[in-house]
Amino acid sequence: MSDTTPAVSMRNITKRFGPVVANDHVNLELYHGEILALLGENGSGKTTLMNMLSGIYFPDEGEIFVNGRPVTIASPRDSFRLGIGMIHQHFKLVDVLTAAENIALGTEGRLDLKATARKIREICDLYGFEVDPKQKIYDMSVSQKQTVEIIKVLYRGAEILILDEPTAVLTPQEADKLFNVLRNMRDAGKAILIITHKMHEVEELSDRVAVLRKGRYIGQMKTAETSAQEMTNMMVGHPVELNIERPDPVHPRPRVQVRDLTVRNEEGIVKLDHVSFTANAGEILGIAGIAGSGQKELLEAIAGLQPCESGSIAYLEDDGKEEELIGKDPLKIQDMGVSLSFVPEDRLGMGLVGNMDLTRNMMLRSFRRGKSLFLDRVFPKKVAENVVHDLEVSTPSLSTPVRRLSGGNVQKVLVGREITSAPTVLLTAYAVRGLDINSSYTIYDLVNRQKEAGVAVIYVGEDLDVLLALSDRILVLCGGKVSGIVPGRGADKREIGLMMTRTGGADNA
Amino acid sequence: MRKEGKEPLIHISKRAALPWYVAWGIRAAAIVLALVVSALICVIMTGQNPLQIYGAMFTGSFGTVRKTWVTFQDVAMLLCVSLAVTPAFRMRFWNIGGEGQTMMGCLASAACMILLRDVLPNWAVIVCMVVSSIAAGAIWAVIPAIFKAKWNTNETLFTLMMNYVATQLVAFFCVVWESPKGSGKIGIINGNTHVGWLPEIFGQKYLLNIVIVLILCVLLYIYLTYSKHGYEISVVGESERTARYVGIKVSRVIIRTMLLSGALCGIAGFLLTGGTSHTMTTTLTDSRGFTAVMVSWLAKFNPVWMILTSLLLVFLDRGASDISSKFGLNQSFSDIITGVILFFIIGCEFFITYRINFRKAAGKEAETHV
Repeated sequence: MSDTTPAVSMRNITKRFGPVVANDHVNLELYHGEILALLGENGSGKTTLMNMLSGIYFPDEGEIFVNGRPVTIASPRDSFRLGIGMIHQHFKLVDVLTAAENIALGTEGRLDLKATARKIREICDLYGFEVDPKQKIYDMSVSQKQTVEIIKVLYRGAEILILDEPTAVLTPQEADKLFNVLRNMRDAGKAILIITHKMHEVEELSDRVAVLRKGRYIGQMKTAETSAQEMTNMMVGHPVELNIERPDPVHPRPRVQVRDLTVRNEEGIVKLDHVSFTANAGEILGIAGIAGSGQKELLEAIAGLQPCESGSIAYLEDDGKEEELIGKDPLKIQDMGVSLSFVPEDRLGMGLVGNMDLTRNMMLRSFRRGKSLFLDRVFPKKVAENVVHDLEVSTPSLSTPVRRLSGGNVQKVLVGREITSAPTVLLTAYAVRGLDINSSYTIYDLVNRQKEAGVAVIYVGEDLDVLLALSDRILVLCGGKVSGIVPGRGADKREIGLMMTRTGGADNA
Repeated sequence: MRKEGKEPLIHISKRAALPWYVAWGIRAAAIVLALVVSALICVIMTGQNPLQIYGAMFTGSFGTVRKTWVTFQDVAMLLCVSLAVTPAFRMRFWNIGGEGQTMMGCLASAACMILLRDVLPNWAVIVCMVVSSIAAGAIWAVIPAIFKAKWNTNETLFTLMMNYVATQLVAFFCVVWESPKGSGKIGIINGNTHVGWLPEIFGQKYLLNIVIVLILCVLLYIYLTYSKHGYEISVVGESERTARYVGIKVSRVIIRTMLLSGALCGIAGFLLTGGTSHTMTTTLTDSRGFTAVMVSWLAKFNPVWMILTSLLLVFLDRGASDISSKFGLNQSFSDIITGVILFFIIGCEFFITYRINFRKAAGKEAETHV
């Protein structure tokens, strides 16, 4: 068997960032002809480890072997030369160029686009990709762009592929397609390593799993011989309950009624097209859709942050009184109890201030209350203490800038603050994006507690499995239109996946 | 087995926060190194004894009681303009119009001294000077702020241009109010009557200026650190989107903060004309509006640290110009020394944020300066 020599072998790799040990004597082996899933919570050092393979970081200690030979990877170029290709979460493509031009970029020798296109077709035929070499990147859907990224590394002769959370942006159908391609590549003898947080993907796709926890290598096992439960326990370090609760709605009554809402973005493109629905108090309304289908605009419109072209958003009090939210100041809407915990692509971009500490971030919502010219620091400090305690935020102290916290903890701080204001409507988007299992479950739990307290929760999610398990009803958006509202209990994942793309929404990424 | 690929000679990695004494140790080392390098340049290029030159630099600033007072007065004026631009900088609003705003303050003060001297009693003239200087500086600052808030114009270019307009206005009024006639200059205003001159306290001409600026410094520190306004400024500076999202009215904060910034520049202008020079020229502000940018950055926008950084810059400037006259050196030589010292001081921040690892020197503390 040829796979006795590992394609990549990392031995005793240590990487420190100041006093933080991101990788502590980690050992990892990856063989040709296998798919290895690298598991670990946020901050466990997966990406750091992979960045050392792709030449972005340089290890402080330890050795790397490729095909049995010791190597030094000092730059991405070295990594390339050794046949290692990494597909990052954020694509690195030039929008105005075609697929073939992007793939040819940076390769040596004369530019011959015809030859490039031919070679691309060969690669596509070999592994089952579908891509048009002449198509421009800006015309492509997210999954097509990802395909171009993968072909790019194969084109350069990569034998070892690293994929960092490749399915985060894909629909279930697209993910299935990707998995088929990856299986074909494995069968062709490539070594594939995939980072993912989704357990069902690990079980479906990988041959072997390796687990990191807090920068240390915990162990590896055959996927066939383990279970989601066991892997999760290894990642977290103690047994974890893996079922998402779905308590029954607490006497649901209409709280927010959206009628015929149309929103255009700054470029004048219609982002929401005659959207109508009702969100009930004591209920979780899940919102499914491909990224960029209007989710962000919908939540921002309700929170008063997005100018609306037509339609209405009514806030209904318990006694049936109606109040129009469109045209109101965000601060007024906040005071009415509408709370937006929107987690944008970069978590710190909106909602938190990265360079400020926990206490000062807690004030963001409340600091203007009261007549004093000076800041009240006692109350926010208490809020920060409570959030840190209740949500188990791991932070060195309350005076640590939030940008130094890991993603999961940042999210807890944000959601924790929004919940503290005792909202009647909780709007949350991508609340668990990039979070590990443990933190995700904490967030689901928080959202459920809010629902039980009679809050109307609007939950925009990416992971359909979670949406299906958590929501009482699911609204599916497609290209800014509502393609359907289905009950969460008993909903079919395939069907929702189809509704997400029904009117060609895949192009709106 | 031969290793494939070459290990890099050095690689750079980010440090964790250093304890304060190490950070200050690095800064002190940078200053010492800067002095050594300047000394070498000095010996090679002029053949003078560097120790003598450094001695002369020091006596240039602190040699006599009078020189010391002048130095502190210069520090106070530079500090005042630096304080003025800081609130805007904290908001990431690059106000490089401190020069023009200060000049407008000078102009307003001089106008009051000249036009009101026969109309109002001395105290009333001074009150008018204060009010009109503050207003003039604030107006000069708020024009670019309004354009920025409403139409998102580039504040750097706009404030810079406003400097030239201010200079031309001052030049124009220098001719209008020239004295003696035909000189094209204003000369000392109210030299006989001392109307509009700030009083001396404890027999010291500059003490009142210094005290006022120190009080402003403390007030501004409190404003920026503990007040709601100061908090809003930081939030807008760090992330405008977050500010909008929590309902802060960004354009209102921009305008309000620039009003403050300009008002403080106006005060600096008032102190310059009413307290220090009792005159008005196009060079009265002495580029302090630009030097203030450096003072503010070096102190990381902290008003209290700015006392030190403005002292440093004034010391270098005064000392350097003194040696060029004493040793018959070209004025450019003092600029070279100032440049070398600033290069080291700014450069050492790199070594506080990053560490440099040498091949084979793993684990060892590897440190060098530029």
